[in-house]
Amino acid sequence: MTALLEVKNLTKAFVGLVAVNDVSFSLQAGRITALIGPNGAGKTTCFNLVAGALRPTAGQVLFEGCLLEREPPEAVCRMGIARTFQIVRPMKDMSVLENAMVGAFSWTTNVKEARDKAYESLENVGLAGKANARTDQLTLPDRKMLEMAKALSTRPKLLLLDEVMAGLRPTEAAGVVGVLHRLAESGLTILLVEHVMRIVMEVASTVVVLHHGAKIAEGKPSEVVADPAVLESYLGAGFHA
Amino acid sequence: MQRTSDQASDTKRWGAGALVFAALAMVGGMSNAYVISLLTIVLLFTFLGQSWNLMLGIGGQLSIGHALFVGIGAYAVAILNIKYGVTPWIGLLLGAVIAGFVGAVLAWLSFRFEVRGIYFALLTIAAAEFARIMFGGWDYVGGMQGLFYQAPSGTMDLGMLRGDARFYYFVALALAAIGVAGTELISRSYWGYVWRAMRDDDEAARALGVRTFRHKVLVVSISAATAAIGGGVLGLVQGAIFPDSIMGMAISVDVLIGPVVGGLGTAFGPLVGSMAAIPLHHAMGALGDSLGLPGLNSVAYGAVLILVVWFLPDGIWPAIVRLYGAIQLPARGRISQLRKAEE
Repeated sequence: MTALLEVKNLTKAFVGLVAVNDVSFSLQAGRITALIGPNGAGKTTCFNLVAGALRPTAGQVLFEGCLLEREPPEAVCRMGIARTFQIVRPMKDMSVLENAMVGAFSWTTNVKEARDKAYESLENVGLAGKANARTDQLTLPDRKMLEMAKALSTRPKLLLLDEVMAGLRPTEAAGVVGVLHRLAESGLTILLVEHVMRIVMEVASTVVVLHHGAKIAEGKPSEVVADPAVLESYLGAGFHA
Repeated sequence: MQRTSDQASDTKRWGAGALVFAALAMVGGMSNAYVISLLTIVLLFTFLGQSWNLMLGIGGQLSIGHALFVGIGAYAVAILNIKYGVTPWIGLLLGAVIAGFVGAVLAWLSFRFEVRGIYFALLTIAAAEFARIMFGGWDYVGGMQGLFYQAPSGTMDLGMLRGDARFYYFVALALAAIGVAGTELISRSYWGYVWRAMRDDDEAARALGVRTFRHKVLVVSISAATAAIGGGVLGLVQGAIFPDSIMGMAISVDVLIGPVVGGLGTAFGPLVGSMAAIPLHHAMGALGDSLGLPGLNSVAYGAVLILVVWFLPDGIWPAIVRLYGAIQLPARGRISQLRKAEE
């Protein structure tokens, strides 16, 4: 199995705080990997380091064997890594379709091609019927799906999803899970930062657990939830299953 | 299915635009001299407003110093024509190139050092004021006394862009039409989509692969170049240029009032806004003179701006579009739709 993305000894120190401390893991092509951990564990920092939005203090991120170093977010995107934001960020004065078109302009300047790709992305996440809607007419789950459609239009090899399920009701989250499974089957590699444990168990083939910035466990979901260190980080010391 | 409805509204928009400009062309054939000269200014500021609109309404970059680019264009045409007898066509081209370059350098330096938003706008004012003072102290271009074109002989000369008031009316009309059509075409092109994306959310656009830095420099540069073309023609129409009038703050304000009143980021907004604001400005000026109340026109400008921002924050044109949409609905839905439009 080949690793699409390798994170080696990644460290990010802010003033007075080491948010990510010597974390290493790799993402297998075509798999869904989840990055989990309690609040303040460093998940989003780690995510932003991979996406190029932050620069590491030490350590490396290798994508397809190439070192990502000082690449700005737009260059990272053009290499094939697309991301979503934890808080949805639609372009508010553009229609749903136009929002989905923007990503396509990272690889084409042809408007028709971009429009076709945008329809395809919207269909992938079940939003094609709302292509001409304004983004403020969308429900929260639809906006989350639009974030994914925007990212998909960039033709990514790796999709980074920052808490796509946060704030969704269980039935809505189930819909997202279905979409993720379909995308993974089509060969897309996905890294998920997630809080909702139940969903992680359903979709991820590998789980990486962070606590206080350090990796404390990695493995299949069933192994990870049985790990005493993980239980301790989530539920406090002295807890035993 | 959706694509056909897109095309239908495209045809409608282009049809409406063609009708409006056909009507304006007919006005040029019959009206009196005062109306012609007033409409010439309206149409020139429609074009200038489009240039400014491209930068803020589509590209998301605010300029309050567009007089800089207007002035560069006006001086390029005037210097070449008055001092060397060169056709204004060359001057317009050269002015556009110089202004585009100045705009690109200003934007590059500013965005390179993270001077953005309102701070960039302040920088544009500073640059315009700097240029105004520099031209005022520069004897070669006439200093504060400015430059004067020879009085037009009255015969039309397209090659030298000279002619009577009616001739300039049609030049301004052509520019305004190019401005409206160009805005429409650009906003639906690759550039338009990418610029609107960075206008709405710079960080999110970058995450989608948009190289926002170079696109910001590009949009400022194109806006500057088009403003210079408008400025070159404005100088010809006025027959004389002075640093205080062609590069002053008043020009920067006049340029932005059309799109702000008419509707930011829309193709028709600057035309509608200029139609509303400039005649009012002139009428109030005349009224103020006859009543012995100088400055009444500026008060009227301010009042219109406040009223528009307060009641129609999107501008007049989007409000008209909403109203039209509401009228097309069956009577039952009309009232609720109108209310929604009001919100």
